[in-house]
Amino acid sequence: MKSPGISVRPIITLEGGHEVNDVFLDNVKVPVENRIYHENQGWTCAKSLLLHERSGIAGVARSKRGLERLRQMARSELADDTGPLLADPFFKRKVAELEIDLTALEYTELRTLAGESAGKGPGPESSILKIKGTEIQQRLTELTLEAAGHYGAPYLRNAPHNLGAVGPDDAHGVAGAYFNVRKTSIYGGSNEIQRNIIAKVVLGL
Amino acid sequence: MDFSFTDEQSMLRDSVASYLADHYDFDTRRASINSADGWRPAVWKAFAEDLGILGASFSEDHGGLGGGATEVMVVMEEFGKALVVEPYLGTVVIGGGFLKHGAPAGAADLIGKIIEGKATFAFAYAEPQGRYNLSDLKTTATRKGAGYVLNGMKSVVVGAPWASHLIVTARTGGGQREAQGVSVFVVDKSTAGLITRDYPTVDGRRASEVTFENVSIPADALIGAEGAALPLVEQVVDEAIAATCAESLGVLRRLHEGTLSYTKERKQFGVPIASFQVLQHRMVDMFIQLEQSISMTYMAHIKLGESAAERAKGVSAAKVQIGRACRFVGQNAIQLHGGMGMTDEMAIGHFFKRATMIEGEFGSVDHHLRRYEALSLDKAA
Repeated sequence: MKSPGISVRPIITLEGGHEVNDVFLDNVKVPVENRIYHENQGWTCAKSLLLHERSGIAGVARSKRGLERLRQMARSELADDTGPLLADPFFKRKVAELEIDLTALEYTELRTLAGESAGKGPGPESSILKIKGTEIQQRLTELTLEAAGHYGAPYLRNAPHNLGAVGPDDAHGVAGAYFNVRKTSIYGGSNEIQRNIIAKVVLGL
Repeated sequence: MDFSFTDEQSMLRDSVASYLADHYDFDTRRASINSADGWRPAVWKAFAEDLGILGASFSEDHGGLGGGATEVMVVMEEFGKALVVEPYLGTVVIGGGFLKHGAPAGAADLIGKIIEGKATFAFAYAEPQGRYNLSDLKTTATRKGAGYVLNGMKSVVVGAPWASHLIVTARTGGGQREAQGVSVFVVDKSTAGLITRDYPTVDGRRASEVTFENVSIPADALIGAEGAALPLVEQVVDEAIAATCAESLGVLRRLHEGTLSYTKERKQFGVPIASFQVLQHRMVDMFIQLEQSISMTYMAHIKLGESAAERAKGVSAAKVQIGRACRFVGQNAIQLHGGMGMTDEMAIGHFFKRATMIEGEFGSVDHHLRRYEALSLDKAA
């Protein structure tokens, strides 16, 4: 990154964070030994790596942790009438549905991993992991934002230290997380592209 | 049925649209919401003096132009298209609504100030424990001498940093969630013991946590009947929801139009991505959500004039539709913009953030589904 000719422009994402950049390459000299794989076959190499990226994006373990946090939050947040939000029939049903969806994804991933340990690489079914995994992550942030109620609205990223507490800690940043996680169905090959891959490669359409 | 607007209402729409086109473009708005104040008092002054919209929905007796909820609807939809942050909803719809319907002693004077742009209001109703339940109140108003003393705390009071007055719901009796015992007060924000902690919101507004520590207010601060104001609160909140639905139409239109034009320009595999059938169908579904939301917003405005139960049912039904549309249209607008939709520099993300906040304002989809169910079942029984 210190090579002459490389310049970086930060891109601020819609929730206010900085995790991506424009990277400009202006006549950057690279020694031949830095080339990865054969000349003109970079995309073949990249495609194979992307299969692994897609299984990684599924994020089953991360979603399990997120679901547990959501349950915790819904135990302390109160419903409209009385009692915790997690006892609210509307809300707890959505949490249960999400958990079942996540279980299905977990077992699909376990099947993929079993195939890999039997010597088969991740196949096109890894596109399923990417689609479902990102949908579940997004659903999780939707429900967390719903659980936060009014306290989903404050934007405290740059809040002064003397502001004091604004709402419960577990509501902080939940809207930002919801906005940010919209990226997951776009990056790593959008979920529309993943469906094209399944249609073409798996279903032979 | 006739859904057309009068010539005066169309002129109102045109003049608001034209003012916002000249003074409220995306970059100007961005500079304003990032400034120390977070809003532009000069714009507010123009609303009062140049456009006359702060008085559009008040009667001529009050010094207004004699309009009502339809004028509010027209203004709010245009505000949605430009993501206006100035406190029209809190001031004209909510503050004005309580003053009109509750008619406290000082109402005429305060309405006059609203119309002139000299009084701004914020609605302090939500409490940390109460979620969307309007009667779940721990804030108390105790009679003392000739007035009342307020104690308690209010959450996320949108527009409070810019307000000269707060409308405050508090308990003068009854248990925490009881309908009986709910009262409403108009409180000058500079009253001793009223403490605000201000912060921005994710959709570019400002809000406050408001604490009342032995705040003494006069007896004539009371709006409506002592201990029996919940029906009044529900009426004004229903009017505010209808107005927010109208705002959402402006937001949804921009999300939809922006997505159509982006997908026609953006090329992939050598063709505009708008030529892909899967995206065409998505944009059709977005369009259907928008049209259904327009219909429900009109319906809700018609029901505002009917019985309390009909009004509540119509407004909750509309808010359910709008909440769902805001989520579907907002999420898909970002999705179809791809990586560009994720950037702060494009307007689309800012419309998405506002749409997301509208989903939860004055009650989520679940809250209004439950309210609708209760009202429908009561009727069937």
